[in-house]
Amino acid sequence: MLGVLYILLCWLAGNAISYLTGGYISGNIIGMVLLFAALEFRIIDADKVRPVAKMLLGTMALFFVPYGVGLMVSYETIMKNFWAIIIASVVSTVLIMLVVGWVYQKTARKR
Amino acid sequence: MIESILKSDLCLLTLTIGLYCGCSSLYRRTHTVFLHPVLLTFLAMIAFLKILGVPYERYREATEILNFALGMSVVALGYLLYEQKEQMKGQTAPILASILSGCIVGIISVVYIAEYMGADRTILTSIAPKSVTVPIAVAVAAPLGGEVTVTSVVVFCVGIFGNMIGFRLLKLFGIRNPKAQGLAMGSAAHGVGTARAIEQGAVEGAMSGLAMALMGIATALLLPLIEKYLY
Repeated sequence: MLGVLYILLCWLAGNAISYLTGGYISGNIIGMVLLFAALEFRIIDADKVRPVAKMLLGTMALFFVPYGVGLMVSYETIMKNFWAIIIASVVSTVLIMLVVGWVYQKTARKR
Repeated sequence: MIESILKSDLCLLTLTIGLYCGCSSLYRRTHTVFLHPVLLTFLAMIAFLKILGVPYERYREATEILNFALGMSVVALGYLLYEQKEQMKGQTAPILASILSGCIVGIISVVYIAEYMGADRTILTSIAPKSVTVPIAVAVAAPLGGEVTVTSVVVFCVGIFGNMIGFRLLKLFGIRNPKAQGLAMGSAAHGVGTARAIEQGAVEGAMSGLAMALMGIATALLLPLIEKYLY
């Protein structure tokens, strides 16, 4: 249960920081960075967090089902912008792959 | 009486988890990425809600606990990053350089192309984080005014697209280094791409997981700035 507590504490602290900085970045994302930092600096024990984290990450897909079901209300918005969304997403996804792959190959080879 | 049980929170939640388990086992048997369990669960759940006549808002209320768990799993990604960080040993600079350039190129390209094609600002913000894992994408898009239901569906489809074309595309363009391939898969197609990278090999899989976590953080930090100043 200690693992759950650590995760919730990071989230809570993240929410507080998010609130104080105007809410541009979600509290749970700041919480993620805090958890990483706390593990890195050995403030909290990785063995305590591991089982909870593995469980959460393994079932993450289930947790966002309610958002996906939102398709039943966002259907019209998506259809109205169908081609803009498809073409922009496809081109951008291809670009990311090529840019990441190329930049890594170029910069890693020099060493 | 039966109707009130069917429409209860417990029943809607049980149905969601049941469909997820059923679709997952179907996927394990057929193994076609089109029949991705999560996508099937979305569609089957929508069909059920339509038949039961339950509005989406009601369903969201009933499954609030899943939303809470989603928030927790975003924090848990910090653990994933901690675990994957060893992969970066001695290569921190090339890895960070490639992820950062991918992140910026990705956001700018998706936003400008969609804007050019006439999408409004809500849509732009909703699809700007389209290459990061769904929980992060939702957490990034929501405070900036994006429509999270659009975000989750688009992000998911992007993952499936990347999963299908990824390795073929990379080979076609001469990207053959397994580490480069893994990074490219995870940064462009998040968890769904990482699942494909793991099948390809251990190095690709590990790099892909690392890239997914780094891309999430980079997008969470950069998107609010890009949104404010560039579009």
